Amino acid sequence: MSSATSAHSVVEPSARTKRIAGIIVVLYAVITMVPLAWIFMTSFKSPPDSISYPPKVVFTPTLEGYCNLFTTRTRQTPEYIQSLGPPQSICDEITRGRNMVIAGPSNYWPRFTNSMVIAFGSTFLAVFLGTLAAYGFSRFRVPLADDLLFFILSTRMMPPIAVAIPIYLMYRELGLSDTALGMILLYTAVNISLAVWLLKGFIDEIPREYEEAAMIDGYTRLQAFRKVVLPQATTGIAATAIFCLIFAWNEYAFAVLLTSGSAQTAPPFIPTIIGEGGMDWPAVAAGTTIFLVPILVFTILLRNQLLRGITFGAVRK
Amino acid sequence: MAQIRVENLRKQFGDFAAVEDSTFTVLDGEFLALLGPSGCGKTTTLRMIAGLELPTSGKILLDGEDVTFNRASARDIAFVFQLFALYPHMNVRKNIGFPLLSQGVPKAEIKKRVEETARLLQISHILDRSVSGLAGGDRQRVALGRAIVRRPKCFLMDEPLGTLDAEFREVMVHELRELHNRIHATTVYVTHDQHEAMAMADKIAVMNHGVIEQYGTPQEIYARPASMYVADFIGSPPMNFLRFKSGLENGATTVELGNVPVRVPQVYAAHEPGELALGVRPEHVRFSDAAPLRGAVYGSEYLGTNQIVSVETAQGLVKARVPANRNFTIGENVGLELNSDKLSLFDCGSGKAIPSSLYVEVNHG
Repeated sequence: MSSATSAHSVVEPSARTKRIAGIIVVLYAVITMVPLAWIFMTSFKSPPDSISYPPKVVFTPTLEGYCNLFTTRTRQTPEYIQSLGPPQSICDEITRGRNMVIAGPSNYWPRFTNSMVIAFGSTFLAVFLGTLAAYGFSRFRVPLADDLLFFILSTRMMPPIAVAIPIYLMYRELGLSDTALGMILLYTAVNISLAVWLLKGFIDEIPREYEEAAMIDGYTRLQAFRKVVLPQATTGIAATAIFCLIFAWNEYAFAVLLTSGSAQTAPPFIPTIIGEGGMDWPAVAAGTTIFLVPILVFTILLRNQLLRGITFGAVRK
Repeated sequence: MAQIRVENLRKQFGDFAAVEDSTFTVLDGEFLALLGPSGCGKTTTLRMIAGLELPTSGKILLDGEDVTFNRASARDIAFVFQLFALYPHMNVRKNIGFPLLSQGVPKAEIKKRVEETARLLQISHILDRSVSGLAGGDRQRVALGRAIVRRPKCFLMDEPLGTLDAEFREVMVHELRELHNRIHATTVYVTHDQHEAMAMADKIAVMNHGVIEQYGTPQEIYARPASMYVADFIGSPPMNFLRFKSGLENGATTVELGNVPVRVPQVYAAHEPGELALGVRPEHVRFSDAAPLRGAVYGSEYLGTNQIVSVETAQGLVKARVPANRNFTIGENVGLELNSDKLSLFDCGSGKAIPSSLYVEVNHG
C-alpha cells in the first residue's frame, strides 16, 4: 500500500509516522546498547587501555581480562619465571608477561554455577507452584479468593530488601545462610506472587470448555490440565519464567547479605575482583560479559513468548 | 444408546434457582430439544446431565443407572460445546481421536475409527489440517466427529449452531437431523432458536425461569400450547391473544368477546369470572366482510407468498397470515373470522391453558 495514492487510513500509521517511529526505536536501542558494548569492549582491553583517558575505542584486543577472571596469580621474580618451561596456555603467556604466574583457578566458575543452580532452581519452583496456584484460583471457587490474591500480591508491595534483616536472622537460626537451598527458597518466595498473578491472567484466557471437553472425553481433571491446559499455557509459562529468571539472576542485595562462601552467586562476586591487585576493570568486564550470556540465550530462545507476555492483555487471540 | 431420565432436578446458585424441579425422560434414540430464552436454565440442565455441574437435588438416570454424582468422564456421554472447544494444539485427526485415547483404544483401531467418522461427516480431506484454520461448518463437523467417534450412550449439544451464520445454520440443521436419522443417537439439544428445535427435534421441552413449561412433540407444542408463555415463544409471529373478561361454564362452546360471540372448542372445566385470553395463531385468522368481529387495519408485512396483516380490535392487536394477493389500506375496517377448532383459551392470571376438547392430553411437564 503506497501512502501517496491511497486514502489515509485511520488505524494504519502513515509511512512517515512509521519512519519516525523506526528512528526513535533505533536511537533508543543504540543508547541502551552503549553500556553493554562498552563492557564487552573493556573485557578485551589491557588494564592500562581500560583506564586511559580519553577512552580508547580502537585498541589491541587481549584475553588478559578473561585470564585474570578465571585465575589467581602470584608475583614472581623474572629469574624464577625464566627458569620455568615454555608456557602451557595463552593465559600462562600473558600472566608471565606481567611478571606473574598462575597460582590456581579463581572462584568465578563456582560462583557462576551457584547462580545457575539458584536462578534456574527458583524459577522452576516459582513457575511450577505458580501455575498450580493460578489454575486453582482461575478454575475453582476458592473461599476468599480475592483476599488471598491480594495477600499474595501484597508481598511485593515493599522492596524485598526491606525484610532483609528479619530474613537474615531467620536464616541464621535455621541454618539456611549461605546455602543454595536457602537462596532458592528466598527467590521463589519473592517471585511467586508475580508468577501467580501473571499465570492467572494467562489461564483465565483459556476457555474452560477445553477442560470440560477433555473431562467428557474421559479424562480426569489432572489429565485434562496436563494434556489440554498446559499446552495452551506454554506462552504464559515461558513469559513468566523469563521474568522470574531475570529477577533471580540479577538479584544482588540478598545475595550480598546472605551468601559469602559456598553459595555465593556471581553478582556479589564480580565486584570483589576489583580488589585483587589494583583496579582490574577488564576482568570485571569479562565477568559481566559472561554473566550476561545465559539470560541472553534464554531470552532469545523464548523471545516470542516474552513479547506476548509484555503485551499481555492488550491482544486477543 | 440409552434412555435419559431426569427426576426432580434442581440447581441452586446461591439464592438463584437456575433449574427448578425438572422431570422428563428422553427415550432411546429420541432427539429432545431444550428450548428457551437465555438464562432459562436449559444449559444448566444439560451440564448437569453431562456431569459438568452437580445438581442441588434430584436424580439423573442413564439407562436406569443413577449417575447423578458420577464424574463426567465416567458417564460415557458426548458433549458438543457452543464454541466447539476443539483443542487448538492438535490437528483434526488428533482432536477426533482424543476421546479414544483416554479409553486405551489401540493406535490402529483409533486410526480406523477416526477415518470412518470422518467419512461419515465428509471431512476426510481435512483430517491432517490444524483446527485453527477451519471454517465454522468444518469446526462444527469436527466437534461432531469427536462426539460420535466413541459411540457414546448419548449426545448433549449446547447451541452448537449458535455461532454459524444464518445461511449455513440451515444446512447444518439438515445435516444434524440426517446424522441423527442414520445413527439414532439419544440426543439432548439446547437452543434458543424455535426453528432449530421445530425442524430437528422429536420432542421439545420449553423452559422458562428454570421451569419446564411444556414437554411434547413440536406439533403438540405448536397446536396446543400449555401456557401463554409457550404460545408466545413458539411461532413467528407468535400466537395472538384476544383479552376479555368472563367466566366459563363446564361444557361451554362459545365465549363473548365484547359483545361478539365466538365459537371455541368445548371447555372441560368451569372457570371463575376473570381475565381470559383467546389464543389464535395468525394462520387461523381469515378476513370476511360479514364477520361480526371487527377491527381496523394497522399495517402489513409482505412475505412473498403471504403477508402478515395487523388489525387493531377492541381486544388487542391481531396478526393474520393471509395470501399476499389482496391489498389492504391502513385504517380499513375489516371483519375477522377465527378457525373455531384451533382456538386456545388461557387464564391470564396463571398464564395456563384452560382444558378444552382441543387439549385432549397436554403434558404440563
